[in-house]
Amino acid sequence: MTAISDRRQMAYIANQAADARVNLELEAEGMTLNIGPQHPATHGTLRIVVRLDGEQVIEADPVMGYMHRGYEKLAEVRTYPQVTTLVNRIDWLGSFANEVPFILACERLMGIEAPPRAQWIRTIFHELGRIANVTLFLGDLGVQLGAITPVFLAFRDREYVLNQIEAATGGRFHPNFDRIGGLKDDLPAGWIAETKASLDKIREFCNTLEDLLMGNEIFQSRTRGVGVIPADVGLAYGLTGANIRASGVDWDLRRDEPVGLPYDQVDWKVWTHPDGDSFARCWLRLQEVRESCNIVEQLLDTIPSGPIMAKVPRIIKVPEGEAYVATENPLGMMSYYVVSQGELEPFRVKIRSASFSNMSITPWLLKGVYVPDVITILASLYFILGDIDR
Amino acid sequence: MSVELAYWQSTSIRLVFALVAVLIPAGGAVYLYLFKMMSFMQSRLGPMEAGPYGSMQLLAEVGKWLQKEDIFPRKADKLVFALAPYVVLLSTFLLVLVVPFGPDAYFVDLDVGVFFALAVSSVSVLGILMAGWGSANKYSLLGGLRAAGQLIAYELPMVLAVVGVVIQAGTLSMQGIVSAQAEGEIFGFGGLGNPFIITQFVGFAIFMIAVQAELSMTPFDMPIAESELVTGYLTEYSGMRFLLFFIGEFATANIFAFFASVLFLGGWTVPPFITDIFGIEYDDAIFNVLGPIVMLTKMLLVTFLVYWARFSYPRFREDQLQRFAWKILIPISLVNIFVTGVLKVVF
Repeated sequence: MTAISDRRQMAYIANQAADARVNLELEAEGMTLNIGPQHPATHGTLRIVVRLDGEQVIEADPVMGYMHRGYEKLAEVRTYPQVTTLVNRIDWLGSFANEVPFILACERLMGIEAPPRAQWIRTIFHELGRIANVTLFLGDLGVQLGAITPVFLAFRDREYVLNQIEAATGGRFHPNFDRIGGLKDDLPAGWIAETKASLDKIREFCNTLEDLLMGNEIFQSRTRGVGVIPADVGLAYGLTGANIRASGVDWDLRRDEPVGLPYDQVDWKVWTHPDGDSFARCWLRLQEVRESCNIVEQLLDTIPSGPIMAKVPRIIKVPEGEAYVATENPLGMMSYYVVSQGELEPFRVKIRSASFSNMSITPWLLKGVYVPDVITILASLYFILGDIDR
Repeated sequence: MSVELAYWQSTSIRLVFALVAVLIPAGGAVYLYLFKMMSFMQSRLGPMEAGPYGSMQLLAEVGKWLQKEDIFPRKADKLVFALAPYVVLLSTFLLVLVVPFGPDAYFVDLDVGVFFALAVSSVSVLGILMAGWGSANKYSLLGGLRAAGQLIAYELPMVLAVVGVVIQAGTLSMQGIVSAQAEGEIFGFGGLGNPFIITQFVGFAIFMIAVQAELSMTPFDMPIAESELVTGYLTEYSGMRFLLFFIGEFATANIFAFFASVLFLGGWTVPPFITDIFGIEYDDAIFNVLGPIVMLTKMLLVTFLVYWARFSYPRFREDQLQRFAWKILIPISLVNIFVTGVLKVVF
């Protein structure tokens, strides 16, 4: 009998304490809201702890690392060709782009250069990865803002590009196609014409989306003037890619730092936007998909013939040294710092992925915005969890 | 009616018909629009397995919901949490009472039918607030508060939009409004009657926007904004209780569409030029049978608009929504009332 009443009493005290905590959170210092790690808008397992005053954010703190997979350490116990399988999984929507800088760094260490045809095909896949990646971003943007239709169109039209990637490499998401000194295979017959047809589908998708989403008054009122990043703040936080170009900084590694990808052979344009708000970031990515279509089309027209593999020893041993290669990936600047001690495995691989740095601005950017804008800003910053937690 | 029924008999018949009037159109609209139209707009097929073209899908879903575990969150206010869906559903059933489906096919014909409908439609706010508070969940609380603010803000433009119709018809009774439209003439031409959508198109637009907000459908779905608040006040609900909310939401959509067809599209009547062909009056006894079909057709037309917007628009932000209601909709509807009043006196 006493045991029961004791238990009741304990339960009563616990309830009172819980109530007191809730009241404290509600009234005294704002409410703490855990957005994530399980939340529909975080694309995975990002956790953002926000303190709210009503619906206004007083303080936001991103907690990363729920999906850390230790790729930098794992790379030290893999041979050089095996590392591409790992780094494929960093930005899982534009996988091929992850392989390129690592391979280029290894090639630089070994002092070899891929034949022109391989360079061309690498660039084509680099851009196809960007198209596949950003297409999904554009569709997902709608979902974050409550429009459910664009994402289905995005999934439908992205498939055209993924089919082309699969036809040539055998993998939809993870091509694992890049080799030190060249590529695994040549393009299959008829691939070039099919890819051109699929680019038309993507352009059509861009037009649809411009009408359906970008031109929508509600979308514009939700994103214009929201989450403004001035150029100097963005640079100070190390933003890269479309996020910094949307703040008016004309900086694109594809043009500024040619590392063995023939972007200088193509007539294309780096888009910038002066506003730096969420709308600018979304609009800019849409233009970049179109620009990528142009780049791929021109590369397909000018693709040289010849071998796809340079002379490379059977067992790859990279000579002692250090190399740093950065490329413009779908999400921003991605770079590898490879240190070799002449072994079969790299001694150290430092991966700089774009999303990790892009996320660093969130505490500054989210201060004072409303909860709905948290979602828009995060969506427009565009991160991929695999790219944050490597 | 020549048959005299006992009170309990007529009551139980009405109860059955109320259930039919709420559930059948709701199920139909959910299948037609939520399952199929949405899928076609998004270039997919939608449910195809359960029954021909997936038509039994909703029954399968109901079966699934009924089997789910009935979960109470540990810190939930159990009574409030359990009652909330019933309060929402209560508002739905009270609303259907005043909808006329034919000259004699109605549940009650109140002299203040419009007033009653607008009053009971806000009962659901209470249920939603209860759900938000009772769930003991921060997302639910935010969703419930958003819903309360939104529903109260959009109650006003809806009332003001209807006032224009009431001035023109000169009555608050639903049947009276239907007759006024059937007997009306447009500059001496009576072939179409005078459906108020022609003169009150501003009112119709405002009414439909307010309905969209009342139903918290996109672009006004902040209370359940799934990318921000998980599902707002529905977060902790599962199984049967979620089903009740679901029915409440979609049945209310249909009933508001019924209202829109009564107030603006002539209700259960067909345009007089059609009845003239058959040589019958607009309130002939045959319309007790045809009326519900006419209403259903008009309801489907109106809900099409509701769902079309739902599938194509992104959502507003909370402050933008309030600004839209108070600074745009309410002034426009006041001007509409003023103009209607002046024209009513002039003509």
